[in-house]
Amino acid sequence: MGSPTGFQRIDRKDRGYLPVAERKQNYREFSIPLSDHAVSKQGARCIDCGVPYCHSGCPVDNAIPDWNDLVYRKNWREAIDVLHSTNNFPEFTGRVCPAPCEEACTLNLTDVPVTIKTIEYSIIEKAWQNRWIEPKIPGRRTDKRVAVVGSGPSGLAAAQQLARAGHQVKVFEKNAKIGGLLRYGIPDFKLSKRVIDRRLAQLQAEGVEFRVNSHIGVNVPVRRLIDDYDAVVLAAGCETPRDLAVPGRDLDGVHFAMPFLAQQNRRVGRESIGTMPPITAEGKHVVVIGGGDTGADCVGTSNRQGAASVTQLELLPRPPEMADKMLTWPNWPSKVRTSTSHEEGCERMWAVSTSRFVGEKGTVTALHGVEVAWEQVAGRWEMSEIAGSEFELRADLVLLAMGFVSPVHEGFVEQLSVELDQRGNISANTDDYATSVPGVFAAGDMRRGQSLVVWAIKEGRQCARAVDEFLMGSSDLPR
Amino acid sequence: MDTEHRQSKKTQGLYDPAFDHDACGIGFVADIKGRKTHQIVAQGLQVLANLTHRGAVGADPLAGDGAGMLLQIPDTFFRPEMAQHGVELPALGDYGVGMIFLPQDPIDRIVAENLLIELVIREGQEMLGWRDVPVDPSCLGESVKPIEPVIRQLFIGRGTGIVDADHFERKLYVIRKQAHIQLGQRAPYLIERGNFYVTSMSARTITYKGMMLAENLATYYPDLTDERVESALALIHQRFSTNTNPSWRLAQPFRFLCHNGEINTVQGNVNWMLARRHNMSSEVIGDDLEKLWPLIGDGASDSATFDNALELLLAGGYSLGHAMMLMIPEAWADNPLMDAGRKAFYEYHAAVMEPWDGPAAVAFTDGRQIGATLDRNGLRPSRYFVTDDDLVVLASEMGVLDIPEEKIVKKWRLQPGKMLLIDLEQGRIIDDAELKNDLSGAKPYQQWLDETQIHIAELPQEVAAMGPDSETLRCAQKAFGYTREDVEFFLKPMATQGQDPIGSMGRDTPPAVLSDRPKMLYDYFKQRFAQVTNPPIDPIREQTVMSLVSLIGPRPNLLDLHTGGTHKRLEVSHPILRNVDLERVQRIENHVDDAFRTKKLSICYPASEGASGMRGALQQLCETATEMVREGRNILILSDRRQDVERIAIPALLATAAVHHHLIKEGLRTEVGLVVETGEARQVHDFCLLGGYGAEAINPYLAFDVIHSFVDQLDGAPTPEEAEGRYVKAINKGMLKVMSKMGISTFQSYCGAQIFDAIGLNTVFIDRYFTGTPSVIEGIGLDEIATETVRRHEMAFGVKAYATTELDVGGDYAYRISGEDHVWTPETVSTLQHAVRSADYGLFKQYTAAVNDQTRKLKNLRGLFELDLLPESISIDEVEPASEIVKRFATGAMSFGSISWEAHTNLAIAMNRMGAKSNTGEGGEEPSRFEIMENGDSMRSAVKQVASGRFGVTTEYLVSADDIQIKMAQGAKPGEGGQLPGHKVNDWIAKVRHSTPGVGLISPPPHHDIYSIEDLKQLILDLKNVNPQARISVKLVSEVGVGTIAAGVAKAHADHVLVSGNDGGTGASPLTSVMQAGSHWEIGLAETHQTLVANELRGRIAVQTDGGIRTGRDVIVAALLGADEVGFGTGALISQGCIMMRKCHLNTCPVGVATQDPELRKLFPGQPEHVVNFFMFVAEEAREIMAQLGFRTYAEMIGQSDRIKMRTAVDHWKARGLDFSRVLFKPEPGPGVAISNTEKQDHNLQVALDNQLIDKAIAALEDQKPVSLELSIANTNLSVGAMLSGEVARRYGHAGLTDDTIHIKLNGTAGQSFGAWLAHGVTLHLEGDANDYVGKGLSGGRIIIEAAPQGITVPRENIILGNTVLYGAISGDCYFNGGAGERFAVRNSGAIAVVERVGDHGCEYMTGGCVVVIGKAGRNFGAGMSGGIAYVIDDAGDFEQRVNREMVEIEPIANDHSAPVDVGRDPTPEELLADPLRYDVWRLRTLIERQARLTNSSRAEEILANFDDYLPRFYKVVPVEFRKALEQRRAAVVGGG
Repeated sequence: MGSPTGFQRIDRKDRGYLPVAERKQNYREFSIPLSDHAVSKQGARCIDCGVPYCHSGCPVDNAIPDWNDLVYRKNWREAIDVLHSTNNFPEFTGRVCPAPCEEACTLNLTDVPVTIKTIEYSIIEKAWQNRWIEPKIPGRRTDKRVAVVGSGPSGLAAAQQLARAGHQVKVFEKNAKIGGLLRYGIPDFKLSKRVIDRRLAQLQAEGVEFRVNSHIGVNVPVRRLIDDYDAVVLAAGCETPRDLAVPGRDLDGVHFAMPFLAQQNRRVGRESIGTMPPITAEGKHVVVIGGGDTGADCVGTSNRQGAASVTQLELLPRPPEMADKMLTWPNWPSKVRTSTSHEEGCERMWAVSTSRFVGEKGTVTALHGVEVAWEQVAGRWEMSEIAGSEFELRADLVLLAMGFVSPVHEGFVEQLSVELDQRGNISANTDDYATSVPGVFAAGDMRRGQSLVVWAIKEGRQCARAVDEFLMGSSDLPR
Repeated sequence: MDTEHRQSKKTQGLYDPAFDHDACGIGFVADIKGRKTHQIVAQGLQVLANLTHRGAVGADPLAGDGAGMLLQIPDTFFRPEMAQHGVELPALGDYGVGMIFLPQDPIDRIVAENLLIELVIREGQEMLGWRDVPVDPSCLGESVKPIEPVIRQLFIGRGTGIVDADHFERKLYVIRKQAHIQLGQRAPYLIERGNFYVTSMSARTITYKGMMLAENLATYYPDLTDERVESALALIHQRFSTNTNPSWRLAQPFRFLCHNGEINTVQGNVNWMLARRHNMSSEVIGDDLEKLWPLIGDGASDSATFDNALELLLAGGYSLGHAMMLMIPEAWADNPLMDAGRKAFYEYHAAVMEPWDGPAAVAFTDGRQIGATLDRNGLRPSRYFVTDDDLVVLASEMGVLDIPEEKIVKKWRLQPGKMLLIDLEQGRIIDDAELKNDLSGAKPYQQWLDETQIHIAELPQEVAAMGPDSETLRCAQKAFGYTREDVEFFLKPMATQGQDPIGSMGRDTPPAVLSDRPKMLYDYFKQRFAQVTNPPIDPIREQTVMSLVSLIGPRPNLLDLHTGGTHKRLEVSHPILRNVDLERVQRIENHVDDAFRTKKLSICYPASEGASGMRGALQQLCETATEMVREGRNILILSDRRQDVERIAIPALLATAAVHHHLIKEGLRTEVGLVVETGEARQVHDFCLLGGYGAEAINPYLAFDVIHSFVDQLDGAPTPEEAEGRYVKAINKGMLKVMSKMGISTFQSYCGAQIFDAIGLNTVFIDRYFTGTPSVIEGIGLDEIATETVRRHEMAFGVKAYATTELDVGGDYAYRISGEDHVWTPETVSTLQHAVRSADYGLFKQYTAAVNDQTRKLKNLRGLFELDLLPESISIDEVEPASEIVKRFATGAMSFGSISWEAHTNLAIAMNRMGAKSNTGEGGEEPSRFEIMENGDSMRSAVKQVASGRFGVTTEYLVSADDIQIKMAQGAKPGEGGQLPGHKVNDWIAKVRHSTPGVGLISPPPHHDIYSIEDLKQLILDLKNVNPQARISVKLVSEVGVGTIAAGVAKAHADHVLVSGNDGGTGASPLTSVMQAGSHWEIGLAETHQTLVANELRGRIAVQTDGGIRTGRDVIVAALLGADEVGFGTGALISQGCIMMRKCHLNTCPVGVATQDPELRKLFPGQPEHVVNFFMFVAEEAREIMAQLGFRTYAEMIGQSDRIKMRTAVDHWKARGLDFSRVLFKPEPGPGVAISNTEKQDHNLQVALDNQLIDKAIAALEDQKPVSLELSIANTNLSVGAMLSGEVARRYGHAGLTDDTIHIKLNGTAGQSFGAWLAHGVTLHLEGDANDYVGKGLSGGRIIIEAAPQGITVPRENIILGNTVLYGAISGDCYFNGGAGERFAVRNSGAIAVVERVGDHGCEYMTGGCVVVIGKAGRNFGAGMSGGIAYVIDDAGDFEQRVNREMVEIEPIANDHSAPVDVGRDPTPEELLADPLRYDVWRLRTLIERQARLTNSSRAEEILANFDDYLPRFYKVVPVEFRKALEQRRAAVVGGG
């Protein structure tokens, strides 16, 4: 398979981006796709490893070497079949996945992994372009009804798999549009919402019914799901953000990241932002607390809104520039990661802790912080403040992007009395995905805690199989 | 050799005497004129004694493996003897003598005797009397005495109504046969235990044999020394058995023959004989035929079975020569030199009976004629001479009988496929050509063929249906279990390249029975292969002996010699039928006058019946088949074409085997042809199994459909027909390879031969459908097989309606997360690497936890083992340190060439640091590595491998070894050779391998000096002589029966035996072999240990195992099952950076481990510390477990297999039926019997002639002073020169001494391996004869052999040296005034030789050096020759037809008389070889001049005297690739220069 010497002959070449100045002007996607020919050549770089380490990197079990080879052979049509055999929504992962597969790629030993994510992206976009994506309508239907709560990647994956297995699937979404975090959490410049819409059309054709503005436990009683459906899949995400309990937290201008991002997505999507006051970065000195992906999204969005400055704070020390591959590969290594949003303008501070916010007239004006040192004590990392390192940062808008602690418990989770694990997630294992409530299953962030889109898809698929087994006694859906 | 048939009795543990093999010395002495004398008998005894070194003794020094002699009835002795008993014998010929082994128990004996008397009378013959045969048991071994039979002779007078001598013989046969059968019914234990056995019963011959040493035969039987015992012939045999289970009846000769060899196809031959019951009749035997069933099988060994079959043919009217030609035909199919009449004879007889295939030297007699023949490939030695007073002496080697040279008029050898026959009544030798011409002309065979032979290609064109639409195709693929890998890794490459795809590294997936996935039935069978007791064949280079021809349909009556012209035969040139061919078979009755009537039987049954319906469906199928045959249908097509939603196909293999065996049991099988039309078969292995269980032809229609579906994507845009053609070719080549692995040459004998081990199938299932197949760990049966089939059917057609169009990923070859489970995963590889790099034992334990934990997923057999831990473990401080345990560790054999210099030396340094052992692999070792490095490290590999290619195996290499390992087989590709393509042979590798850069190197499948166990014994002795301090190790691969081979290896005096598992790795081999050949180490190791203990051989040999050992727990399991030592391959490689890319064969290893690419090598990340950490960690884990088991030392743990229990709580649906009790059986050794390696082998080196040579040459050895010696020599002086050369190399390295420093003149007959590894500076000059393996490994020495001056006058018309001369020779020169046998200069790397005549396969696999043949050369000259040159004189004008031109060109010698050195000076060998493309005239002339000067060759003088006349008659043979490489080199030098 592939070209045995491709990796020796062909250099790595990945998608490029529009110039920063240009892309900052709008919320459109800004990556520049490679030509088919270029992608095909990149496919030839895959060694077709005897033990493909990309498998250990890819949560959704993508058959990466197989479709690399097919792309190399320009057999795009079969490539999409193989890609779809493990991943319902490669257009999402092809855009927003951090690509642990590429970290794990054997060629990453010499820092030039196969451009797996770009190949994935190219396969699925080519498939859409050529109208190869068709609904897969089951030959016969069962009389089983399944409710899916939440329409993020996990819920959608579960819904699609279950519909294809012939069940009657209804998806409940509390917001006005389907997509969950994909629609409201990820900025448009990373994931254009038309990408979601064209996929939803397929799901609908396959028999998935969508109910929007249906907040279970709020405007739809949870009892109704239990009574009316043969199985319920809880896939409502992990939406309780981690808070920062410091003085000044209640000042105006200190917000969680998610409302900020969701508002912008609604604006781009010409959707009402509702009754909540607008949060914008325009003309402001923005401080983003938290060094992860959400933080980066806040940086990118702030810049697009016209922030005066953007600073991002991270509690942990700056990781090394390069990973020690001999001791980390193929695992996800700790190293400095610079996202496209960082390139658009942002100061990053490492190993700093926020002590308090100060403000005027109830509105935040500055952040006081301190540098911290990390030390390993008895095998555990312990943090201490460095005396005399206190500093003050101007801040008109502070965005808290420090991750999510658990699913929202108020509402249907409490009403169902479903058992939680010690972290507050819904308790279920990855064999049967069953919660403590018979007939109720959980998948995605709601079960595993905050994670990647690709994990959400994987869990949705596996959960669907578990549900199918529960309903039918056995299942031929892939695990 | 003998392979005893499997007995139905259950043996304890895995040791089963049924797998006994033996090889032997055979011979005869005969007076051509038929004069009976006692001298012949005495000479026979002498020959026997002189072959003693070919035999073996076990633990008991007096218990030989058996010996015997067959004589004519010594009337002059019996007459007076019987007269003393009051019996007056009738005239010679009118009485028969039965030589009978009787039970010691008097009552049993009376039962047997009375039965015999009763039968004599019932058959109308006269009971004359008994004679007690005097014996002297004092010479018997202690282990043999308890089973010594009472031996009596029964005298039977010719009855009235017996018309002639042949009739009388037939009657005696009928009596004997019935005695055996009826006693088997009355007192079966007498037969089973061999307590009753008629060694011979004839009016012409008598056999004396037993379980004594060869030299003691006459001591035991004083009859034989009685001067009155006279015979004109004496046929003798000396046995070397792989184990010591004493068996009197298996001693040879049998009633008509003795056999040195092995019938590889015996299981099939036996089945086919049974299958003939209904269509066999004989006009001469008449109604007595019914009394003879079962016709064969009283002998319980392959040789005995062969004898039974021969006896039947003789009784049925065949002549001795005719019968032998039928049973062991020469290679006829593609022989351009064979005349049409003889070809017709063989082609006709191909349908009469399937050949008995395997290496064989058979000597046979019926008392009136005596003769011998050799198998088609000449795989056993047989030399003979004729004297001027009409004595013929034939034996496995020369020098067995002291006859004055001047009396000898002819010295010759048996040639492949040729026969020697002496008719004592006519008083003359009938040579091969005359005999065969007479027989070929006796009947109009060609006419019979023309009238009856139908070749499928000649039938009218038919139309076959087109393939289905893609959706239907996909469903069919799923139903038949296709995976993406089947398509991508097999079908596509096959349809593109026409060959079975290559892969690398080993198998790390669970055996089928432990897999969670529905596996194909094929996956439960593992291919068997030849090791030690018979050689595999090279199906490419020795294609001349291979044939895939298959005959479909009923067979003629075996015993009908006259009406050959009526029986129609349908021939296919190979067993793979395309769709149109199948149509032809189906419609054949319309075209051939109703001679054939085909019936297609669907093997599908209603899906509604589910898994439980399969049993009934099979029963029904078998019954229908029987009915159809009885109705007169004579071709059955078993078809699964009708599988669909409603119908499930019985696995085609199951259906085929079931019908085949059912028809055999009904005696109907030979009345019908069996053809299989199946969607299942796709890989080589599948076709082999279908053929092996009885399919005469196979149509893989689905494979064709799939190929058609992707043909437009293939490279090179083949048409569908071309792609199909390439696929068929790939399958054919693959099948040839699988057959040749077992040493089987023809599909006809492979068909039904069942050359497989079953792994994970239960006895009930096997006995019913795959009768006779070995299966040792039980497992699943029909229910589970049916369940798996139904699961596949559901996945294809299941009602659960969801759309998935993709095939299952497979994941057998490359890991896929949703595919088959592997041990090596991203997680295990990376965790291990992180652990050894950071010296983190905690991480290592994470790795072993992942590998060892098999609670959820079973990955190998030991996953089901539970260690019997103590309730409270002992303190770990009491356990010996890890630094001691690692000394028992070794790395697997990996050559420099297959892996990089960095990887190879890194392993060596690491192992040396720990006092453990690394292994060179095949490919030599650079001498600089023998020096200690500046930092104290050493790159020397302690284990030096000697593999079939012998690359770089110099004397110096051998003396630098701690262990010398003879690689008989490799876990990933047992029975196969290898090939290093030219582009991988860079300057460096070429230097180490003593070859030419850019020229490909071939390792032959067999060692050409090991065709049998006694050959192995010889090689062990050779190596031990070269380096007496080194342990000699033999590497075997696990298969059922490996234990008995290991016992033979121990008796052949190996110090060490390695039993490799099939999970072992490879740098490159066909995926078919990686996945499907060989068995698990757990089984092979256990069998080996148990067998060695049972035979009291365990103490004298160290046992090692390898092939997927990865953790401390694995080490513990190995030790408990009996391993003294443990080897690691992949684990060690991974610890130094290998990441299991499985790209070794592509040279693209991205981490610099298995590549020679300089850029990629820079990426090698390994350090010796990493490897040291790995082994220390493994040992540490082992220690922890030892503490839990309560063992303080490794030594006390060895063989304590009762500390392993079978895991009870197994809920795996397939694993439940497994039963490891035979694997875990702990043999109870007798008192004082060792169960681990505790003593040293006695190699008896003190008898070596070299001890004298070394003593006398001490001045040369110590002070390099010239020494000249003169001695006499005999055939019992083995390996002469080897030990002396070891001494030279130890002191002076490969460079040795200056030319001729030690000059040794010898006269007499040299034993085997004369001049082996002869070092530079040593000259051996022999006047007389030499045997096999002259100049093996020649490392710079000079060998001169000339016929004794008083002897034969025309040396080039005689044979003075044996087979396989100069095998693996590195350098040096040789001059032989006389002819050589087969495979002269095979795998010669650089020696120069002049010889007067050579047999077949001359210069095979040669890679360098120069050979001059100034007489006739045999067939297949230059096969696989990739380097060096040869000059061959072509007297007969047919040399062109004798050359194998696949790799070489032949050309006349250019008329260029230039020379690179001053003419007149004697050039060195290096100068002679300096530019092989030029200076031909000078080189040739120089060498012939030397031949004349050194050997007194009259032929050489004659040529020199008329040089200009002779020169145009010479051809030069040059390998194409060699020429190209040299020309490129020259251009580079000129261009660069």
